[in-house]
Amino acid sequence: MNSLSEIKLARSVAPSELERPMSHAHISLRNIRKTYGDAVAVENLNLDIEEGKFVAIMGPSGCGKSTMLRMLAGLEDVTGGDIQREGQRINELSIWERDMPMVWQSLALFPFLTVRENVEFGLRMKGVGKAKRKTRALDWLQKLGLEGYADRGIDQLSGGQRQRVALARCLVTEPSVLLLDEPLSALDAHLSVQMQGELKRLQRELGITFVYVTHSHSEAFSMADTVVIMNQGRIEQAGGPEDIYLRPATPFVARFLGGSSIFDCKARRLKTGEMVLEGPDGRFKCTGSELADLDEGQQVSLIVRADQISVTAKAGWAENEVAARVVGEEFIGALVNLRLETAAGTAITVQLQQRDMQALDIEVGATVTASWHPEDGHIING
Amino acid sequence: MRVSALTRRLAVIFMGLALVFLYAPILTNFVFSLNSDRFPTIPLGGFTLEWYRLILADALVIDAFKNTIKIALIVAPIATAMGFAAAYADYRFNFIGKRLVLIFALMPPLIPLVVIGLAMLAYLSRIGLSGTLPAIVVSHIVLTSPFAMAIIRLRFSQIDGDLEFAAQNLGASNWRAFWEVIIPATKTSILAAFLLCMAVSFDEYAVTWFVGGLEETSSVRILSFLQSAVSPRINAIGSITFITSITLILGAQILVLRRLTRGNS
Repeated sequence: MNSLSEIKLARSVAPSELERPMSHAHISLRNIRKTYGDAVAVENLNLDIEEGKFVAIMGPSGCGKSTMLRMLAGLEDVTGGDIQREGQRINELSIWERDMPMVWQSLALFPFLTVRENVEFGLRMKGVGKAKRKTRALDWLQKLGLEGYADRGIDQLSGGQRQRVALARCLVTEPSVLLLDEPLSALDAHLSVQMQGELKRLQRELGITFVYVTHSHSEAFSMADTVVIMNQGRIEQAGGPEDIYLRPATPFVARFLGGSSIFDCKARRLKTGEMVLEGPDGRFKCTGSELADLDEGQQVSLIVRADQISVTAKAGWAENEVAARVVGEEFIGALVNLRLETAAGTAITVQLQQRDMQALDIEVGATVTASWHPEDGHIING
Repeated sequence: MRVSALTRRLAVIFMGLALVFLYAPILTNFVFSLNSDRFPTIPLGGFTLEWYRLILADALVIDAFKNTIKIALIVAPIATAMGFAAAYADYRFNFIGKRLVLIFALMPPLIPLVVIGLAMLAYLSRIGLSGTLPAIVVSHIVLTSPFAMAIIRLRFSQIDGDLEFAAQNLGASNWRAFWEVIIPATKTSILAAFLLCMAVSFDEYAVTWFVGGLEETSSVRILSFLQSAVSPRINAIGSITFITSITLILGAQILVLRRLTRGNS
């Protein structure tokens, strides 16, 4: 079967980043609020989605990410705030007037229609003539490597093929926005990774705005231009994947992404005038620019990524050190994730090379020293 | 499950006996309806269609059959429509007290027929309908619509809850999505429900007897035959009724079990 990589472009190649006006908001969410009775699902949500960008919205279940997508599609009313598309308020448009096709988590393919009839559905609703419908549907089936399956029933397809039919059904009407609600969650890991690459390529080639809801880190971070992390109905952080990975804005984001150690600290100014962070695990030095904005006694979280922490058997070598007990180790290929716990109960994650781990010669239960450079600590308020 | 050959054989024999126990009386009924003897005895007499000829010449029987068909043809569409509406409401909407509404909608067949018959009679005579065909029609709708709802609900439970929204998302208005998605997805179950409602209406005699007064359906006619005299004509009319209902029910079964999907392999 052909892969999506062989897609021939349906529309002209998307204009490059340079030719595009800066920050052109395609879809804007303004102060969106959604409540069900007393329960608040989404609150004070503001987000600009730029045209032609791949935006991944992620968060734990119940964080409001699916509700947000459903409000965009018109499946849910907003309780307050505005949804705008190219500056026009679209709150009152009904589902069928929004022209934002969605790839459903369940795929929601029509089981009583053939593959081609499924793909033609949107065109038929728009009143496109029979011959034209057929040509365009077959064209898209071919682009998605489904030629020869047009007259099959949906239940005669594999999971990956159904996924492509669901995509073709949405893309055949050539929309400018595509909504995707955890579309890969039903696929096995291998197929999911393959589809991630194909989806990203498709999005880039078509220049369509993708709004992609997922709970999977790998899906969001491998495909998206912008990652939006939600928690309890609010946006915790929105930004480029690298930005979020290197500089999580809140302790929640750091915890949610995993792989980082979080130390609760208070800012303290020493007699020398130097600002340090002090907490139950000790006193730590930091060089980040954030340090300058801190007030004496302010509560902060110090975040250190797992690949920036070193483990030694002896103390007294580095500026930032903390003694910790080894509580677990996981081997992931050539890497080892070492889990430590300090006397104050702080969990520390360290990522080591397999051979370094062997050189250290430590076992679960041993006490070691974890250390990091002052410039590798990242400070977050709260 | 692994079972020994002996257990398997015993199980098959047991199942066979159970089926014989269920169907032997009906088969006997059918055999004696074609037997020339006045009384159902073995050995059998000669083959005859005399009893069928007799009942088809009986004006009361013909009237009863006409009534039965008339009633079934009015009851089935109305009961199916009501059952569909209830099943669709259950599929599409969530509201406070939904479970309670569903329980009440599914309850009529669970109430003893004598109770429902008496209640119907009391109520219908108060509004001046008792002893008329509309009274039978109303009672049958009450008794059959829960079956229609149950069958159509079964199909709704098998279809994706997002299907209708998916159609709207692709540009179909509320009504359009309903006709393009809900009706095609449920049409076999609607037809099955229709056939089953006809079968139930066809067989029903207890409530019909209560509310029908002098109006008779074929099943009530059988009851009258039984009360007056033992005659092989009962076997004949019974066989006709049985064949009609079993055809309707088998039709409904086949439709219910049919796949939802289409397409050529």
